[in-house]
Amino acid sequence: MCTYDTERITVTGSAKGADGWFRATDATISYDHPVHFGAGHALLVDLINPALGASSRVGLELDAESARELAMAILRSLESVPAGLLES
Amino acid sequence: MTSNLRAETIYFDSYDDHSVEAYLATTESDHKVGGVVVIHHFPGYDEATKEIVRKFAANGYNAVCVNLYYRESPDASFDDAAAAARASGGVPDDQLVGDVGAAAKYLRALANSNQKVGVIGYCSGGRQSVLAACSLNLDAAVDCYGAFVVESRPESTMTSIVDLLPNLSCPLLGLFGIEDQYPSPEQTVTLRELLTKHGKDFTFHEYDGAGHAFFAVDRPSYRAEVATEAWGEIWKFYGRHLSDKK
Repeated sequence: MCTYDTERITVTGSAKGADGWFRATDATISYDHPVHFGAGHALLVDLINPALGASSRVGLELDAESARELAMAILRSLESVPAGLLES
Repeated sequence: MTSNLRAETIYFDSYDDHSVEAYLATTESDHKVGGVVVIHHFPGYDEATKEIVRKFAANGYNAVCVNLYYRESPDASFDDAAAAARASGGVPDDQLVGDVGAAAKYLRALANSNQKVGVIGYCSGGRQSVLAACSLNLDAAVDCYGAFVVESRPESTMTSIVDLLPNLSCPLLGLFGIEDQYPSPEQTVTLRELLTKHGKDFTFHEYDGAGHAFFAVDRPSYRAEVATEAWGEIWKFYGRHLSDKK
């Protein structure tokens, strides 16, 4: 759609990018034209650390169905964790 | 025309004295030639865009494309820079106009320039091409399926530019796919009506069997037959408005 409309959240964790591991501080989510995935539109997820520069990024480009499955799998995984193990 | 060209990455100071990166292709010619500012699509300053710049030079024009995402991410790859631009809400309109204006000035300063400069943009660059043509003195503009020209997206940086349409400084060629939703055929009708109302010189082509990004050779949206026909319209249009030889 070429909108630049992006959800942005702060995150705590690490991600492995082109230059190795880095501390991820933010995540952005949008639905727009992908760079690599062969579709007109895709769910775009980036784990980033803007303080380290634009290259500190792990990018995902998924079709909508895959993105929903991923989101639900993440929630199922968290819900299955035994009580007391979830930190923070 | 020999189709001989020279292509290179250049850096020049833009309107705000900020250095910007750009890809320049100059055509070999024994006469003065027109110039084209190419505005890259939403996914960024990529290889396919650089190929478009070279295509213009191979067809007798000097052409340059500014990396619109360079300011924020000068050392990043084009896709990382695009992601950073997405995260920050995209390129501000005044910055786009300034960069296109600086690129046009660069083209006019080339030794073989005939002082005529056009602009062309794809995807988000389609809207930006119209924006530039409404904000700068240019000689021809091409809008390739640019959305958010006549409509705004709520709570978005992509805002309508209908208020600027009376200022359109040059003829406009619009190339759209019937199957596109952004812009939709209805939005193209609205743009057509507004340009007619303002007495502007424009030509629109709307292609059956094509949607958004039908020019993009490295994407599944590519439509070879439509793209070939539409390139023909571009050559005719720029031939009329940018070339000294008729």
